[in-house]
Amino acid sequence: MSELIFEKSRGGRRAFAQAPVESGSLSIPEKFLRDDKPRLPEASELQTVRHYTRLSQKNFSIDTQFYPLGSCTMKYNPRACNALALLPEFAGRHPLGPVSHGQGFLTCMYELQEMLKDVTGMKGVSLTPMAGAQGELAGVAMIKAFHDSRGDTERTEIICPDAAHGTNPATATMCGCVVKEIPTLADGDVDMEALKAVLGPKTAGIMLTNPSTLGVFERHIKLIADMVHDAGGLLYYDGANLNAILGKVRPGDMDFDVIHMNLHKTFSTPHGGGGPGSGAVGVNKRLLPFMPIPVVKKREVKGETIYDWAAEDDIPQSIGRLSGFMGNSGVLLRAYVYMRMLGRDGMERVAEYATLNANYLMARLRDAGFELAFPERRASHEFIVTLKHEAKEFHLTAMDVAKALLDKNFHAPTTYFPLLVPECLLIEPTETESKETLDNFVAAMIEIARAAREDGVDYKEAPYKMPVRRLDDVKAARELDLRHSPD
Amino acid sequence: MPFIPHTEKDTREMLAAIGADSIEDLFDEIPAELRIDHLHEVPEALSEMEISRLMRERAAMDGSPLCFIGAGAYEHHIPTAVWDLATRGEFYSAYTPYQAEASQGTLQTIYEYQTMITELTGLDVSNASLYDGASGLAEAALMAVRANRRVKTGLVLLAPGVNPVYEHVAEAIAGSQGLTFEWLPVDATTGNVAFDQLPEGRNPVAVVMQQPTFPGTLEDVDRLTDWAHAEGAFAIGIANPMTLALLKAPGHWGGHGVDIACGEGQPLGVPLSSGGPYFGYMTCKQKHVRQMPGRIVGRTTDLDGNPGFALTLQAREQHIRRSKATSNICTNQGLMVTAATIYMSLLGVEGLAQVGRKSHENTTRLVEGLCTIDGIERLYAGPYFHEAALKLDRPVAPILKALADKNILGGFDLTNDAGTDALLVCATETKTAADVDACIAAFAEAMS
Repeated sequence: MSELIFEKSRGGRRAFAQAPVESGSLSIPEKFLRDDKPRLPEASELQTVRHYTRLSQKNFSIDTQFYPLGSCTMKYNPRACNALALLPEFAGRHPLGPVSHGQGFLTCMYELQEMLKDVTGMKGVSLTPMAGAQGELAGVAMIKAFHDSRGDTERTEIICPDAAHGTNPATATMCGCVVKEIPTLADGDVDMEALKAVLGPKTAGIMLTNPSTLGVFERHIKLIADMVHDAGGLLYYDGANLNAILGKVRPGDMDFDVIHMNLHKTFSTPHGGGGPGSGAVGVNKRLLPFMPIPVVKKREVKGETIYDWAAEDDIPQSIGRLSGFMGNSGVLLRAYVYMRMLGRDGMERVAEYATLNANYLMARLRDAGFELAFPERRASHEFIVTLKHEAKEFHLTAMDVAKALLDKNFHAPTTYFPLLVPECLLIEPTETESKETLDNFVAAMIEIARAAREDGVDYKEAPYKMPVRRLDDVKAARELDLRHSPD
Repeated sequence: MPFIPHTEKDTREMLAAIGADSIEDLFDEIPAELRIDHLHEVPEALSEMEISRLMRERAAMDGSPLCFIGAGAYEHHIPTAVWDLATRGEFYSAYTPYQAEASQGTLQTIYEYQTMITELTGLDVSNASLYDGASGLAEAALMAVRANRRVKTGLVLLAPGVNPVYEHVAEAIAGSQGLTFEWLPVDATTGNVAFDQLPEGRNPVAVVMQQPTFPGTLEDVDRLTDWAHAEGAFAIGIANPMTLALLKAPGHWGGHGVDIACGEGQPLGVPLSSGGPYFGYMTCKQKHVRQMPGRIVGRTTDLDGNPGFALTLQAREQHIRRSKATSNICTNQGLMVTAATIYMSLLGVEGLAQVGRKSHENTTRLVEGLCTIDGIERLYAGPYFHEAALKLDRPVAPILKALADKNILGGFDLTNDAGTDALLVCATETKTAADVDACIAAFAEAMS
């Protein structure tokens, strides 16, 4: 590790240019004031800049490495999206400023809502959820509100396939629901018999990702929709994999009632080392009255178009507010710029080339001897390799390959998810990677497996070339060290 | 093709390797009746030059008014280095640091952040962020229910100084898990909690208080924290972290300090940006760490015995525990925390204190100036930090509109929350004396 910023501190040192000039005393009674001094860093501006520049260089990122992390859609984040979202007027706009000083921002938000309605086939969009998981919460809360509004209060069960993202069952619990898990068949589709068995008068809805986290399109989606609707339940679409189908097929046309989109995946806003995301939700007609607020509305005043907030008065049955203001506005601006730069045709190309890259990479790895989890299926924008034979025959696990890839300057794919495929790598190349990069990745995978098989190379202690070697997770959890203390 | 590198030759070769005739073939598992031919509402593509022009025009429509609104989001000077560094591609375009060896930059930054925010709040441990201050309160209330196991009422009492939107959000997020939120009685003179009317025997699981309060006053948080503990409740403290270089830390409120602190991290180097992305901070006492939601970074050692950082206590989280997780949160507000860490490093505790003192001085000048105008007076007596509520003798909206027409945002209309014609004003360190005086003059004219 690098020295901590605290270890570089020297008493009395400061970045003097960064604070206002000293002013008068504080007219606040003593009892409200603190008598200790919090230990923040004491460093010069150059020391701080150098410190965080060096720390940044210890990260893998899209800008520096191929990042084929399945289910995360690590595509290029265009620089213009960031620069334009941070134009001084946008960056400086107070969230409670009047609409007279927000028509530019609100126009962008209204148009973003309209574009997202088009690409998803939904009837209404609310941009307020701040990440995918909060979009899920909004969605399940709307499903519950819908049932409750009809006096149908016994519907408390949410069905999730076993391949679902962990956020799905966690969300259902947060909404006070009970999770019913159903298995997946060997071909990757949902087990319809199992689905039939759990459907009933307690069914509130089902949460599905399509294409699923197994990297395949659920072929019986229409039948599933009919079965769930016939049982009185609603369908929730987890938009984590929307990148695979943009402009090709829409969740609304698959009869989903409510969806969330991960704008930080499909619409290329940055992941930022863990966030911020944005989990805009789309609804069909019957859930329109329950959308989270605020949303942006358009009205005509004396022949002039005014964009304004729709809030409690406009949507009285709303599930309410999920953020202090209107969610991650700056992320929404980035997504807006991205969508305008791609345009209608560009949206469709996203799905086309993401799918081309995934199927190409899958074919190359299969031909190189790696076993596919679903060899009979097309890949969507991602696919799964299982190393169960390699693990058994020469002790090469998914974890080993992940760490060995780091030494070859590739970020690891998603490992050990979905949980039902043993020793799995979930690989998503995205549309912004070139054929050369994919070929280099295949070569690295082949070499890692060959060295393990033929030379007996053991990756249990890999990586070797990173800023640190493999870290002791057990110690991290047992001997908690969660902050620096000077003593 | 924007952002797609494929040449025609690449595409041909790739399709050949797949054994497909066309890209269209790759979608043959999607039932034909579900397919769409084309999108209709998404406009044709714009070049970077064209979208830049459009966005500049849109930005110009919003302008750069002189802003005296606070109410939960505050305009502060952000050193250039903060976002220069935070938008380096290695921070900006990295994923969640699950591959620890390839994410030491992000992980060490979060560890440093956890240190700084626990120092400011006077508590033991911090997570790596929540979405924002409002949703952070929902998570804090849910955490209190898990950690304060003896109390089964699910009742959360809120001091009247808590931001009313936070209550709406907490209700929307946590309401379906059996939590109920109720307001404590208000003292109409001070705007703070009415200690002589506190309810008895309600058995609350948590008591929430905010300092400075939403209408800008200073609450007797020591007394309220002690009352919460005497009632068997957790004390949850919401504090503006910028003020904590000067004001007493939540971990030191009352005899034992609050159990959980949370709040809006935006004042620490995050632009106003129409309300987000911001970040919610959360800190707590050591003994409750396993009930905390969200990611946490710990220091450990690697195979060579050298120190390094990794995500830890992941058994609390949704990707491991699924339906039994402490929260469904996955993506957080990582980049905002990176910015806040750099901001705190650049300002230091002295710089932060100066930001606070200057903001206090500017707000004092504004409040005293406005109170010389006929029809404007303080709504509540007592000290304030950098925001104060004012009572007007007439409706507020037309006055604010008159100021907005002059490109001055004169404050937040508090009428609905206060139940009387009232206004909440704030002047941070970004304002000069001339700015403040211009605001006062504009009010004087609008009120005349």
